[in-house]
Amino acid sequence: MTVQPKTLFEKIWDAHVVREAPGEPALLYVDLHLVHEVTSPQAFEALRLAGRKVRRPDLTVATMDHNVPTWDRQLPVTDEISRQQMDTLAQNCREFGVTLYDLHSKKQGIVHVIGPELGLTQPGMTIVCGDSHTSTHGALGALAFGIGTSEVEHVLATQCLPQSRPKTMEVRVDGRLAPGVTAKDIILGVIGRIGTAGGTGYVVEYTGEAIRSLSMEGRMTVCNMSIEGGARAGMIAPDDKTFAYVEGRPHAPQGKAFERAVEHWRSLATDEGASYDRVERFDAAQMAPFVTWGTNPGMVVPVTGRVPDPSAYAEEADRRAAERALEYMGLTPGTAIQDINIDRVFLGSCTNARIEDLRAAAGVVRAAMTKGKKVHPKVYAMVVPGSMPVKFQAEAEGLHEVFRAAGFDWREAGCSMCLGMNPDVLQPGERCASTSNRNFEGRQGKGGRTHLVSPQMAVAAAITGHFVDIRDWDV
Amino acid sequence: MDAFVRHTGLVGPLDRVNVDTDQIIPKQFLKRIERTGFGQFLFFDWRFRDDGTPNPDFELNRPGYEGASILVAGRNFGCGSSREHAPWALQDFGFRAIIAPSFADIFYNNCFKNGMLPVVLPEATVEEILARAKERPGYRLTVDLQEQTVEDEEGLIAHFEVDPFRRECLLNGLDDIGLTLRHEPDITEYERRRAALLPVAAG
Repeated sequence: MTVQPKTLFEKIWDAHVVREAPGEPALLYVDLHLVHEVTSPQAFEALRLAGRKVRRPDLTVATMDHNVPTWDRQLPVTDEISRQQMDTLAQNCREFGVTLYDLHSKKQGIVHVIGPELGLTQPGMTIVCGDSHTSTHGALGALAFGIGTSEVEHVLATQCLPQSRPKTMEVRVDGRLAPGVTAKDIILGVIGRIGTAGGTGYVVEYTGEAIRSLSMEGRMTVCNMSIEGGARAGMIAPDDKTFAYVEGRPHAPQGKAFERAVEHWRSLATDEGASYDRVERFDAAQMAPFVTWGTNPGMVVPVTGRVPDPSAYAEEADRRAAERALEYMGLTPGTAIQDINIDRVFLGSCTNARIEDLRAAAGVVRAAMTKGKKVHPKVYAMVVPGSMPVKFQAEAEGLHEVFRAAGFDWREAGCSMCLGMNPDVLQPGERCASTSNRNFEGRQGKGGRTHLVSPQMAVAAAITGHFVDIRDWDV
Repeated sequence: MDAFVRHTGLVGPLDRVNVDTDQIIPKQFLKRIERTGFGQFLFFDWRFRDDGTPNPDFELNRPGYEGASILVAGRNFGCGSSREHAPWALQDFGFRAIIAPSFADIFYNNCFKNGMLPVVLPEATVEEILARAKERPGYRLTVDLQEQTVEDEEGLIAHFEVDPFRRECLLNGLDDIGLTLRHEPDITEYERRRAALLPVAAG
């Protein structure tokens, strides 16, 4: 008997189908449901009104991240409505028996940082959260995707979701990255080519040498921005790196159970001969440090490039979108990216605020400090760790002292200026080099202008006051 | 959930591509804990000038589009954040259907959960509708989910595809949690089978 070869996605999907019937979406079981304060209050309220309970509070974990101020945790939350939203989450978690990592927890952090960190995220799982960057967890070989609040309610009540089977896309990145070119640049390069809707309807599996060579943190950065390419989920087959990352974490299986789990996880990788609905190939050698110039993540060029001319677009709709973007961004066609001056730097977010990101950025800062360089006097730069454990780890390594000595503001954990729901926002017209994931109009503050870059590129820009090519930057 | 069968209404043209949910409902309005009242903040940064007065340049603020209930936009509508506040805001503002050449996946799903119909039509048809609506404020369309058609009073008629299950749910305003709970024994059986593999998240 021959067994039909399957992709990673197909194996996980098939293992989670509770029920299938012709003409209906599959009923998919959810192994882990992550919850935060912004997209859950209406879901809990609806449960209450319908007299329903949370079916599996033991598979549900909540944290506060979007609204939380990143100043001293002993200080009060001054935004009354934000505070109310956080209090509501706390009340809901108490009432429905859900574990919560609140503002004062030592494990608090951005939901997509703490899931893997606590060992909650494991290979082979299905994971959902009312947040589009849930795709992050796919880096560990899980099927993880963002859902709306009605679906949050659905999962709370049933631990299942009716889902139509998505198509599969392989994004293969062969070869090796040059020094200074990072996971962030891979994903920006991919989105730059496939476009912000290129992955719509697909689950992406990232493969190839350049992906395999990435650390777990780097893989999370890549999967995190799958949604910016339109794909609800991105995933990477689990390997020894994955298992070593998971081992010993608080919620990971221990001892014999871990060994059994690894044996199962090894079987998840895409089989030889399995096929995808679509394949996109990239060469890592063609990847450069990227900088976005416009108002969606697909509007991106290498740091050595220039702001494009809208008239070069073949389609009228794209031309108008580019014109609008340039007007909003206050940029002129033909401007060299390295001539763009910045006012602010944000090193943070579920894309790039893990320990490895902070280490890489601190390395650049240290090198600059040896030459007497600090944050440019016209720039305000903040570092917001992705979680409190990331913050503690960074402090144990002395990274905070490096950042502070160079003039960076060292903050508490949260989503912060990635979306500016808390007090960390850009002022109108301010230009920011940001390690986050979205450069939409007003995303970081009304009228704010966001350029997406890697952590190394962001801190180099903080020091020089404009973008520089990290590959040949002579501090 | 409200059912959607057939709706005739004024067309609001929004001739832009990649309209993201941050534009539909900016983050400062996501702090409410209710499902209602988001319409006043719809397209806030586009609809209003810094001094709070309506921006006369914004497409939907132009004369003749007040009361529009069918939004027509460019491709990849609703991309970005998963916030369901986006469809809530559109619906609360008065929209019952949205027509575009393509939608982002999460937004598309979210519409169905709220009794609002997202309609995918070919790019050329959407361009034609946009042109007619821009030329003639007061331009109306009928969106018929039963027949899966979009029709105007000037002879334009277009067929659209929709997943049969979603169509059925929307035509009947079915509560899909109720539908899933009918399969409760299957869920319990699945949990029993997979118990050994499930993680324990609490604690």
